[in-house]
Amino acid sequence: MDSKVPRNPSFDLAAIRSRLASENGPRFWRSLEELADSAIFTEYLRHEYPRQASALAEAPDRRQFLRLMAASLALAGIPACSSAPPEKIVPYVIQPENLVPGKPQYFATAMPHTGYGIGLIATSTMGRPTKIDGNPDHPASLGATDIFAQASVLDLYDPDRSKAVTRDGRVSTFDAFLRALSAELESARTNDGAKIRILTETVTSPVLASQIRTVLQKFPKAQWISYEPVSDDNLRAGSQLAFGGYFDTQYRFDKADVILSLDSDFLSAGPARIRITREFSQRRSVTADTSMNRLYVAEPAMTITGAMADHRFPMRRSDIGNIARAVAQRCGVQGIAMPVGAWPWLEAVVADLKRHAGTSLVIAGPSQSPDVHALIHSVNHQLNNTGVTVLQTDPVEENPGDQRASLQSLCEQMRSGSVDVLLILGGNPVYTAPADFDFASGMDKVRFRMHLGLYDDETSQRCHWHIPEAHYLESWGDVRAYDGTASIIQPLINPLYGGKSAAELVSAALGNTLQSGYDITREYWRQQTGDSRFETIWRQAVQKGVVPDTTFQMRTPKLLSNVQIGNPSPPSNEMENVFCPDPTVFDGRFANNGWLQELPKPLSRLTWDNAAGISPRTAESHHLGNGDVIEIDSGGRKLEVPIWISPGHADDSVTLYLGYGRRRAGRVGNDLGTNAYSIRTSNAPWTAAASVRKTGKRWPLASTQLHQSMEDRDNVRTATVAAYSRDSKTVSEKRPAVSKDLSLYPKRGAGDYAWGMSIDLNTCVGCNACVVACQAENNIPIVGKSEVLRGREMHWLRIDTYFRGEPDGPEAFFQPVPCMHCENAPCELVCPVAATTHSSEGLNEMTYNRCVGTRYCSNNCPYKVRRFNFFQYSSYGESTLELLANPEVSVRSRGVMEKCTYCVQRINAAHIEAEKQDRPIRDGEVKTACQVACPANAIVFGDVQNPGSDVARLKAEARNYGLLEELNTRPRTTYLARLSNRNPEIPAEGHHG
Amino acid sequence: MSQTFSRRMNFLSRLTIFGAVFIVSAVALAIIEIVRSPYLTEAGVVRLQPVPFSHKHHVGDIGIDCRYCHSSVERSAFAGIPPTKTCMNCHSQVWSDSPELEPVRASFRNNTSIEWTRVNRLPDFVYFDHSIHLAKGVGCVTCHGQVDAMPLMWREKSLSMEWCLECHRNPARYIRPREQVFAMHWQPPAAPQDFGQKLAATYKILSTEKLTNCSTCHR
Repeated sequence: MDSKVPRNPSFDLAAIRSRLASENGPRFWRSLEELADSAIFTEYLRHEYPRQASALAEAPDRRQFLRLMAASLALAGIPACSSAPPEKIVPYVIQPENLVPGKPQYFATAMPHTGYGIGLIATSTMGRPTKIDGNPDHPASLGATDIFAQASVLDLYDPDRSKAVTRDGRVSTFDAFLRALSAELESARTNDGAKIRILTETVTSPVLASQIRTVLQKFPKAQWISYEPVSDDNLRAGSQLAFGGYFDTQYRFDKADVILSLDSDFLSAGPARIRITREFSQRRSVTADTSMNRLYVAEPAMTITGAMADHRFPMRRSDIGNIARAVAQRCGVQGIAMPVGAWPWLEAVVADLKRHAGTSLVIAGPSQSPDVHALIHSVNHQLNNTGVTVLQTDPVEENPGDQRASLQSLCEQMRSGSVDVLLILGGNPVYTAPADFDFASGMDKVRFRMHLGLYDDETSQRCHWHIPEAHYLESWGDVRAYDGTASIIQPLINPLYGGKSAAELVSAALGNTLQSGYDITREYWRQQTGDSRFETIWRQAVQKGVVPDTTFQMRTPKLLSNVQIGNPSPPSNEMENVFCPDPTVFDGRFANNGWLQELPKPLSRLTWDNAAGISPRTAESHHLGNGDVIEIDSGGRKLEVPIWISPGHADDSVTLYLGYGRRRAGRVGNDLGTNAYSIRTSNAPWTAAASVRKTGKRWPLASTQLHQSMEDRDNVRTATVAAYSRDSKTVSEKRPAVSKDLSLYPKRGAGDYAWGMSIDLNTCVGCNACVVACQAENNIPIVGKSEVLRGREMHWLRIDTYFRGEPDGPEAFFQPVPCMHCENAPCELVCPVAATTHSSEGLNEMTYNRCVGTRYCSNNCPYKVRRFNFFQYSSYGESTLELLANPEVSVRSRGVMEKCTYCVQRINAAHIEAEKQDRPIRDGEVKTACQVACPANAIVFGDVQNPGSDVARLKAEARNYGLLEELNTRPRTTYLARLSNRNPEIPAEGHHG
Repeated sequence: MSQTFSRRMNFLSRLTIFGAVFIVSAVALAIIEIVRSPYLTEAGVVRLQPVPFSHKHHVGDIGIDCRYCHSSVERSAFAGIPPTKTCMNCHSQVWSDSPELEPVRASFRNNTSIEWTRVNRLPDFVYFDHSIHLAKGVGCVTCHGQVDAMPLMWREKSLSMEWCLECHRNPARYIRPREQVFAMHWQPPAAPQDFGQKLAATYKILSTEKLTNCSTCHR
């Protein structure tokens, strides 16, 4: 693969800086390649699909790709000169009540992720779950979703999921397993189960927890261990330090005027991330009566939270503890040893926090030490934020504790031979456990090892028994949200591969008569609610997706007076190596999910790989360019990893993303990237001292950042709140005056509706939920890494990332770009077969059955939003993946152009319903898939002709502008300019750290 | 050197020039005709079914309403094929030991679906919705023909795009009062076009422009 990577020399930073400083340098830039005006950038700019001539010649690559797509070889649709083969219609024998054939049904359910629930509404099409959306009644969702929830439906149908109970790799049965297990348990009775261990992920499910407790009652000496590789251990330990007990902290971002985040990526991490995004973005809105909030972020690698910051301070992770100490000391927290260091912006930030005492919020990420968390509790207390923006509850987790320590003791016990039975319920500890624990070799000493999991993975390979786990869309269960609210997990389909849920397995192991997840879940909640009220509550809980009255009460724990905070770290310029969960495959659990693999990671826009992030300056000093492979040496553990030069990354720091380098993930996820767990140790799970050496090797990285460029053409507009409130025209004055009648073509008559979209750049946090939602709704295929390298990714909606300022500490801007549905659409004029036309309601239609694949339309599209099926990307032939397809949208074939349709299937459905009821379509009745998914409410769709519609109101705002509107394309998709709320007391240089 | 071609070839070459034009247009015409012929459209071709169900008997003779079996036709894109239960509502009592109905009883007994052969079929890239057509006054007969006179089912119309557009370009000619959509023998009054136009206005049938947008049927 190496041969076709264009040479991508390390960048000449001095030249870049002088170019930026010069009068006509670019104001906004998308990549360092663009700033350096490198050959690779010009190639992508000149050719929409570069290097395609050679594509067919590169046989090995193509084979790899075909293998990836499994059954693409079928090349369905060979035109035949006879009538279509006969088709069967297979009706029900007895049709279920309330089912109207051809109409989707909606069910409330909940998705557990790292133990915590997100309430969902799942769409069922004739018995097949096909789409996931948020449940507006659920506190963690509020109707929105994130990428993991959106993509989870692909996991359900993944043909690589494990399909059978295996014993030592051979197919067996669940009954055989139960017999073997009960024999083990029987013999364990003699010593009260002293050698039984149950290993789970974080559990909040009341049902599962009560069952495991029953096991522990039966076997009092057995132990229950929970382990998450991306754990909240530091949060728990911080709470222990500050309050002397475990408490969960919740945040009210809607009440926060000033926010200081110390290495907390609260917009994409944590069990409340979707709700927090909603609350945060509400306060970014300038239309609301409330003032706009201000966000300060100190972090090593730029996250989407950092990109939203008004002031961002790139900083090594190991230095952030010192900031916490300095902030705490200035806020009046007693007894802290002061760190050495000068931060010119610190006083202004603290003054701002103090000015907004009671409405400010200080938050630290789970990778910061317990000390920092304890300090933050004190700071929020000093600032009177506790009880207003920062709240405590009892822990939602059923088995709170130090997960790392308990896993460590498990490993020691296993090695010493004091564990006979190990039941692993979910998770993949062989892959995720800290490298120094050597979990796998310890586990090999256990006599009876069982793994329950969705995949036959690294852990199940080393277990005697593997039981396929039921996906959450296949099994009954329950889960609690971040605030304790319980939800019933309602399945939409029978287990495709006969999987069992953890609760079903434990129940069967206990020899209970209740075997089905449904009975187990009902019985538990019947006991909780009492017989008389049970049926009412159960029906309500299943229908609404929330069990009433289960939200935890707020607690007001007292801060301990004698909090012992460790000493600050001495200033050092040693290289540090920080670990982060991958933005798309997380801790590795989504490695076999093609949607998430191909989803461009925020900011770097990398796909299919986990390159290490490194700052431009550090790269320069090590003579590194993008794709150069470095060797990281962390305490003797070595890892070779390609690098990605990340604007805004802290100097002398390397960010490694977890979740890659899987060996047994499945056909999609195997052998991608590098395994950062291999150098992650228990004493340094988030930050480690490391040395970096250039190896001279190179690795091709498929970043979409250079693709579909519109050059530097004023694509993002931005202003400060101060300038905007002085003169709201400040973001629009540059708008060139283009007459509305300026067209050579006859004017179109107005249709009944004029569909349009408004995207608020001020609230968009770049979380990518819309991109995956679009992919799920519109049957968009994935293409594989080698095709992405050729610029052939198929996403109809992309999120462009722009930077402004110096590469060391730039501001970042997100801009989602769907089809603009231009009123004067350049694509329509060049289609020789009229396959792309304009509808009377202003849609720029794409008619696949007419398209002959000239690609002229794409060539003529200034926004580069059209996608071409170079191969048969859609996975015909994988029967389970066919079940996933949305029947309302055509599955496209090879040689066909496609693009965003504004979810025309939803418009048509609303049209039909409205006309059957003899009324106009109501505002808000048509919601596009991206709009529904958006946690920030940044996307609004509707009839722009109707002055009362939300979208028309937004388009009338002074911040409204059209992309490349000087071309007189008259786009129907328009943007609201981004505002930043900068603190005037911090000089402009300040945000460069 | 002698002539390569003899004089007789002159005639032959003229014939060939004429022939080229003639043959090419004949082939083109033939293709067009074949595409429109029942050989490809399958219009009028009787479909054999696992049970020789007679619409003539059930609709024409007994007078069962279309919606008794095609129950989702007013609510959904799909008209609905009756579940075995619908058949058994009557046939557990009537003709309950008829050998021809054994597949129905077997289906009900074994809980296995009857596999009917599709009669009216559109390509996958066409999104047709029964419910809106009924709501706008398109009768069953207009597309499906005199079902009450069909002992076995066949496709009445070609279901080609050309045929769809005939109505989408001028719906007034084809619509009828809503209360008559399920009627098998409704006749338009004297001036059908005027009558249709009035109905179209009453039913707020969308403009021809909207009805002929690509995305109305393709997406």
